[in-house]
Amino acid sequence: MKSVSSKERLVLRAAAELRDGFYVNLGIGMPTQVANHVPAGMEVFFQSENGMLGVGPFPIEGEEDPDLINAGKQTVSETPGCSYFSSADSFGMIRGGHVDLSILGGMEVDEEGNLANWMVPGRMVKGMGGAMDLVAGARRVVIMMTHATKEGEPKILRRCQLPLTGVRVVHRVITDRAVVDVTSSGLVLREIAPGTTLEEIVAATGARLTPDPQGVRTMLED
Amino acid sequence: MNKTVCDADDAIRDLSDGASILMGGFGLCGIPENLIKALVRKGARDLTVISNNAGVSDYGIGLLLKARQVRKMVATYVGENDLFEQQFLSGELDVELVPQGTFAERIRAAGAGIPAFFTPTGFGTSVAEGKETREWNGRWCVLETAITADFAFVKAHRGDALGNLVYRRTTRNFNPMMATAGRVTIAEVEHLVPPGDIDPDVVHTPGIFVQRIFQGRDYEKRIEQRTTRPARGC
Repeated sequence: MKSVSSKERLVLRAAAELRDGFYVNLGIGMPTQVANHVPAGMEVFFQSENGMLGVGPFPIEGEEDPDLINAGKQTVSETPGCSYFSSADSFGMIRGGHVDLSILGGMEVDEEGNLANWMVPGRMVKGMGGAMDLVAGARRVVIMMTHATKEGEPKILRRCQLPLTGVRVVHRVITDRAVVDVTSSGLVLREIAPGTTLEEIVAATGARLTPDPQGVRTMLED
Repeated sequence: MNKTVCDADDAIRDLSDGASILMGGFGLCGIPENLIKALVRKGARDLTVISNNAGVSDYGIGLLLKARQVRKMVATYVGENDLFEQQFLSGELDVELVPQGTFAERIRAAGAGIPAFFTPTGFGTSVAEGKETREWNGRWCVLETAITADFAFVKAHRGDALGNLVYRRTTRNFNPMMATAGRVTIAEVEHLVPPGDIDPDVVHTPGIFVQRIFQGRDYEKRIEQRTTRPARGC
């Protein structure tokens, strides 16, 4: 396998969460890149909360349509069989449990599966957008984020410090260095990045981690 | 019945200071460009604007902020507008941030005669503070109330004198539910067509929800994030 940057690994590992026939909502920013890595032969429908199912790739230059954007306000294209709907219907899909998977960015996740990803007190508040509805309603919530902050502080914590987006909502956290599941008996470490040790992950994590009793695997190695 | 008015200025002739206004659009997509400009010309102040976003500094709702006409903003995400930040931090602007699905549903509820509803969204977060919570089928929920307004400004692709509307692609967003929730709903359309031209099967907003309609002009349709891929070679 060719060497990949830690960001690429994170995106590729998140793409491995996709399943054939899934309806998936991708958060703004890094999660959006997951759409570029749908495994061959798999059919996945991307839902954008501004009112589209079957979001296609960025349009070919010159074919941008200001009437056709995704939730990140980026110009996108149609896929055959796509559909448009109102925001009320869109969040009916989300809140009503019709979306199989929501992949979102995160600032903090804790041992109970609580998520903080919308606000840092004292700094400008930009708003939660659809994040609170997505984590409350999607069948499965996967958070992708760097394992630590730019300052090296852990983002997986015993208890979130920042204002919450949702309570007991996260199923899995994928970082550039590890895959961690939220279970009824706490956080379970499933995978670690190649070249990383268990001890390094534990040291970089602010919560109790139980190594998977079935064995901790190497990320993206099968 | 003819709900047609001359233009945007005519459509907001009776809008006064302190009015509350629902405005359709997601980012700059599907916003009522003509009505926003007319509102700037009119200069009405102390407005409450209810819209998903706050535009950008020099377009959309940003124009109203720039002219200091907005007292309160109800929105879900305002990260694209620096002017908003300044006015918020200086205390000039009241802000209520609402989760997007709750925002859509509160407006939908208003138009459908539902005063309040329970939703799991936001339970255990600051959004639920001061609100009634209750467990339904094993899930904790928050009581949210309907949002109505004096006016609703919506933008559609096509419309007729009866007020029937059709939206195009992702410009639909909040426009249909806002059309139902304004005490006076004003629609601006790119194409005003004779009644009967729109196939009744494809009407998105039936005319009963619309009080005034006009043909918009000079649509700029600004793109916030122009993202493309290269054309594939042969």
